[in-house]
Amino acid sequence: MTVLLTNARLIDPEAGRTYDGALRIADGRIDAVLEGGTEPLPTDQVTDLGGKCLAPGIVDIGVKIGEPGERHKESFRTAGRAAAAGGVTTIVMRPDTTPAIDNPETLEFVSRRANEAAPVRVLPMAALTKGREGREMVEIGFLIDAGAVGFTDCDRVVTDTKVLSRCLTYARSLGALVIAHPQDPGLTAGSAVTSGKFASLRGLPAVSTMAERMGLERDLALVELTGARYHADNLSTAAALPALARAKAAGLDVTAGANIHHLTLNELDVGDYRTFFKIKPPLRSEDDRLALVEAVGSGLIDIISSMHTPQDEESKRLPFEEAASGAVGLETLLPAALRLWHAEMLDLPALFRALSFNPSRRLGLPTGRLSAGAPADLLVFDPDVPFVLDRFKLHSKSKNTPFDEQRMQGRVLRTFVAGVQVFGPAA
Amino acid sequence: MFPHRHLLGIEGLKRPDIEAILDLAEIYATRNRTPEKHGTALAGLTQINMFFEASTRTQASFEIAGKRLGADVMNMSVAHSSVKKGETLIDTAMTLNAMHPDLLVVRHPSSGACNLLAQKVNCAVLNAGDGRHEHPTQALLDALTIRRAKGRLHRLNVAICGDIAHSRVARSNILLLGTMENRIRLIGPPTLMPAQVDQLGVEVYGDMREGLDGVDVVMMLRLQRERMDGGFIPSEREYYHRYGLDSEKLAYAKPDAIVMHPGPMNRGVEIDGTLADDINRSVIQEQVEMGVAVRMAAMELLARNLRQETGQR
Repeated sequence: MTVLLTNARLIDPEAGRTYDGALRIADGRIDAVLEGGTEPLPTDQVTDLGGKCLAPGIVDIGVKIGEPGERHKESFRTAGRAAAAGGVTTIVMRPDTTPAIDNPETLEFVSRRANEAAPVRVLPMAALTKGREGREMVEIGFLIDAGAVGFTDCDRVVTDTKVLSRCLTYARSLGALVIAHPQDPGLTAGSAVTSGKFASLRGLPAVSTMAERMGLERDLALVELTGARYHADNLSTAAALPALARAKAAGLDVTAGANIHHLTLNELDVGDYRTFFKIKPPLRSEDDRLALVEAVGSGLIDIISSMHTPQDEESKRLPFEEAASGAVGLETLLPAALRLWHAEMLDLPALFRALSFNPSRRLGLPTGRLSAGAPADLLVFDPDVPFVLDRFKLHSKSKNTPFDEQRMQGRVLRTFVAGVQVFGPAA
Repeated sequence: MFPHRHLLGIEGLKRPDIEAILDLAEIYATRNRTPEKHGTALAGLTQINMFFEASTRTQASFEIAGKRLGADVMNMSVAHSSVKKGETLIDTAMTLNAMHPDLLVVRHPSSGACNLLAQKVNCAVLNAGDGRHEHPTQALLDALTIRRAKGRLHRLNVAICGDIAHSRVARSNILLLGTMENRIRLIGPPTLMPAQVDQLGVEVYGDMREGLDGVDVVMMLRLQRERMDGGFIPSEREYYHRYGLDSEKLAYAKPDAIVMHPGPMNRGVEIDGTLADDINRSVIQEQVEMGVAVRMAAMELLARNLRQETGQR
């Protein structure tokens, strides 16, 4: 069966342009893309999109799901529904669960369960070291065979440089992608916010932005030493960017990612100790935020992700220092990212390059493109429709979003995974 | 007249708010020296002192202030009770809230804890010190002490010395003295200065003699050893040598400069014992005295709002 999506505003991140046209889906793939409305294609079914935007589905690197261990915070089912409603067609799952996903048996089990329960694709990542403890490397080869698309200890930094350099060396021999959230662990210890005037006034333990640069410089030196494929994720400071630019210019196999919250919020949003704004690394200054957005525009930062981290009410309803870190983001990723478009800081192809195309390419996936032959993982959205976010209407089990009661613009209308509509009005 | 439901910090208080508290406190300060100390401003109200951190003088001061104004006062040293059984701050507060207190006096080791509580309970919350954030009644009693000693609370040179980074007293005082248009100098080793503190409208000095030059008020802070992770200063004796207040360093201040300390003092660490007891320079005992008066005033102003809210005058 073929489906023709007509009267669409196509956003092609690969070509870097938008145009009006139509797209035909056959057998779960895009089989034709048509510019303009001139020659109608034969099809079994036609859906008129009414001039709305059609883009490749979002590939969200770094989504925490509560399974195993914290299913009261998020399950595969709820995360999958949230993803579908947010236009995320591929969830790349973080291994910082309880226990950590650090062996092929767990990984295989988890990814089978996930793909049964979630209406979108779920790809697993594995820990880099056993138990994310930074001492022994995981079975990288077996884990790749079992489907791991990346290796990361997430927010735990491998402090022992000898361990990390061996992990990188071994990973390189298998072509595995190592993902890190670089921070200097010593400076970071015990901090809740970024040091500066705001932290001083609030009397909260703070960390200098230099910690991120130090962590990144160390990792990049080891990448230079080992030649590993490396993705620096969750970068948040202007101080880290020159090191990143140098590494890229030197031809290292390095990419970088930023979390949507660091691109759209700053430290002052914490205001009166609002714990929904407590994330890791902490929100930064407005100067950092602007530098980060600029880096996405220039391509220095390749990937935008939600860094979806569900937390229940209890773990957030504590004094700021003691409260848990993290924010849910699957459903707010697109409307938050569209703030950057409405602010005329990034155009739509650039946004979807960072949301869909680049993460697909970095993970070696065929998704993220609007060309014939690519999987029909698509989202249809209206970038302008305004709404006020009500966190209790989110599909995620946990409702810890910093965008609660905020005005946002842009809504997902339909989401397709392999040509099947998983979100939107019934046909 | 005092448009606030809680007293969570000096931040948010405007000049007239501060003056309202100090003016009323002045009346109580005079009355507290007579045998007729008792008033009825808080009669019928219930005041709970909830201290998640050990305290002698602040807790006693709030208790006496409440009792002098006729409130039913209850003390809870939470540091030793249910928190050890795993109950969260919110649960403890909600339990107490169900007993309908009118005034909740809270001290907690985490910055922002009182702000969090204030969102959840129906009564007026008074911050008796939260982490490194604020200690508003301390700043108010310091202000009253300065005003009585100097005859004014503006255009004074005030030096705050010592462990600024870990001090809620310093933060509240910076905000209050700044609002009242004084010149504030912070003196201390750089490891005990908060980041970008110079953006708070203060002058920062690393040298005691330079910083004390010509000041009207010298405010010493406790070196909060129990709060330190370790390694902020090389040793106590080096700290005393460089930053401890003695008569030699005090000689750089104005001849009539007063010496203050929020207590409890570490004699021989941040202040010379003889100097602390010198009644010509030290107003440390007066600070304690003003503490009761200021807390009476603050609670009365909040209670007036409470009574207005419920319609019973």
